[in-house]
Amino acid sequence: MPKLLGRIGRSESVNGWALVSPAVVLIGIFGLLPVLMSLQLSFQKSDLLTPATPWVGFENYRKLADDPVFVESIKHTIVYTALFVPGTMLVGLFVAAAMNRSLRFISVYRTAAYVTMAVSTISQGIIFLWLTDRDYGLVNAALNAVGVPSQPFLASPSQALFVIVAMTIWGWTGFSVIVYLAALQGVPAELHEAAAIDGASAFTRFRTITVPLLGPANLFLLVWLTLNALQLFDEVYATTRGGPLRATTVIVYYLWDRAFVHFDAGYAAAMAYALFVVILVITAVQFRVARRYVHYS
Amino acid sequence: MELQPPSLPSPTRRRRLRLPFSPWHLVLIPLSFLLIVPLLWMLITSLETEGEANHFPPVLFPATPRFQNYSEAWAAAPFGQFFLNSALVTLVVLISNLIVCSLAGYAFARIRFLGRGALFVALMATLMVPFQVTMIPVFLIVKWFGDNVSPFLGIDHIGALMLPNLATAFGIFFLRQFFMTVPVELEEAARVDGTSRLGVLFKMVLPLSLPALSTLAALTVLTSWNDFLWPLIVITSQDQMTIPLGLSYFQGAHRVRWPLLMAANVMSLLPMLLVFIGAQRYFVQSVASTGIKG
Repeated sequence: MPKLLGRIGRSESVNGWALVSPAVVLIGIFGLLPVLMSLQLSFQKSDLLTPATPWVGFENYRKLADDPVFVESIKHTIVYTALFVPGTMLVGLFVAAAMNRSLRFISVYRTAAYVTMAVSTISQGIIFLWLTDRDYGLVNAALNAVGVPSQPFLASPSQALFVIVAMTIWGWTGFSVIVYLAALQGVPAELHEAAAIDGASAFTRFRTITVPLLGPANLFLLVWLTLNALQLFDEVYATTRGGPLRATTVIVYYLWDRAFVHFDAGYAAAMAYALFVVILVITAVQFRVARRYVHYS
Repeated sequence: MELQPPSLPSPTRRRRLRLPFSPWHLVLIPLSFLLIVPLLWMLITSLETEGEANHFPPVLFPATPRFQNYSEAWAAAPFGQFFLNSALVTLVVLISNLIVCSLAGYAFARIRFLGRGALFVALMATLMVPFQVTMIPVFLIVKWFGDNVSPFLGIDHIGALMLPNLATAFGIFFLRQFFMTVPVELEEAARVDGTSRLGVLFKMVLPLSLPALSTLAALTVLTSWNDFLWPLIVITSQDQMTIPLGLSYFQGAHRVRWPLLMAANVMSLLPMLLVFIGAQRYFVQSVASTGIKG
């Protein structure tokens, strides 16, 4: 031990620890400690108020498997994620590809896409409630104009989740456009010129040159959007509150409802840990699969 | 003739297609318009009477813009207080993050101290933990702070919105990566001359790191300003609400009064929208730099 200290330098260790200590204290208390507390809580019964938190063993986890609402919320989360993630990536790529050129006013067009990122989730929810209103909504007016009858949208158990998908795709457009534009600008122009001289059409060039070079951006968006999709909450709270008929009750909404509406914190902690494991597994699988397809150059 | 590359059209064809502007504008104008329709519709509705809003098919332009919606919305809820709370929370969180993450990021980038590797891994591991896992215990911890340290830091006070967000592992990681690209030679010269670590950090490294600090600042402001779930959990009193929470509360109280609701929505969005457009470069960088290197 003294030897090690001698090598690194005692004063450097003091300096180093002095500089990191504020961060260590803060992240220790609010980032690391809660992970352990949450695990402990998931084996207890707690209402967040009374100090007595009796141990219940695996009871909370057993209850999860038998809870039809939890199973339902997993289904909704999977459907949502499966539509939202590819949807956002496709819209983002399409808009970015269209905006990846130097033109007059291009920065104005790009700002129009980026700005969706600054809109808070609650604002977004309120706007889309109004846009898709059953009786007075702009979307129904547009549908009627092309001969489609008015739809109930967020008021319908069979449509609400899909409206939330569309709404959140809009909200994430700015983010994905920025990521794709940065990636597209990294594609060397010479490659395109060379392929064009060899007779490749614009579509072939996009498919064979641009798309493979977008690998890292695709992987980042896939992982990041999935992570956020599995944690969907705000937009549901602002629009449907999990309804109608629980049709939009996703995992985190149910978790929040259990913990902070019904004060069943132990059960909610177990749910959070289940979500944690699912997120870790999905992320690991995504990176594993991606290793085969993503090329960094 | 067979050597004619397809990307270069013949002169005659080119002349026929010539427009006074690039044809891409014909794609980009409708596309951009479509993207901001939700925001435009919010703005238009905020200037309509309730009669105009509750009309089908919708009234696309109000007969006379009704600006009273704004004054009525402002009077119906303490929006001034919401703004002040949001600004306070964001400001404190921002300043704290810049300082705390700079200190730690610099130490991890430059100083070889005992336990550095393990500590770095432990801090970065928190990046993988979803907020839902920590939020219940953080609620209990914040409650403890309120009961034992200061009520200002406890449940139902804006201090509870600041405390858990004063430092982030991401900020440390982000600044460490940047500091490692700053040339070390200058620092060594200053160190030999007797400047302290802190002196070097504040007088030499941070001034060279303004782009990274601005990027981190943009990200922190956006996250903090628009945060909703945590405020929803800890705040119940109106006078402690931030804008997203206050707006949600307002929505609950005026559910179908759309012009009023949209006026409140426009007011709530305006500050962030202006900051975003003004500092767009840094917001774009904050996403692009995490995205490509991540």
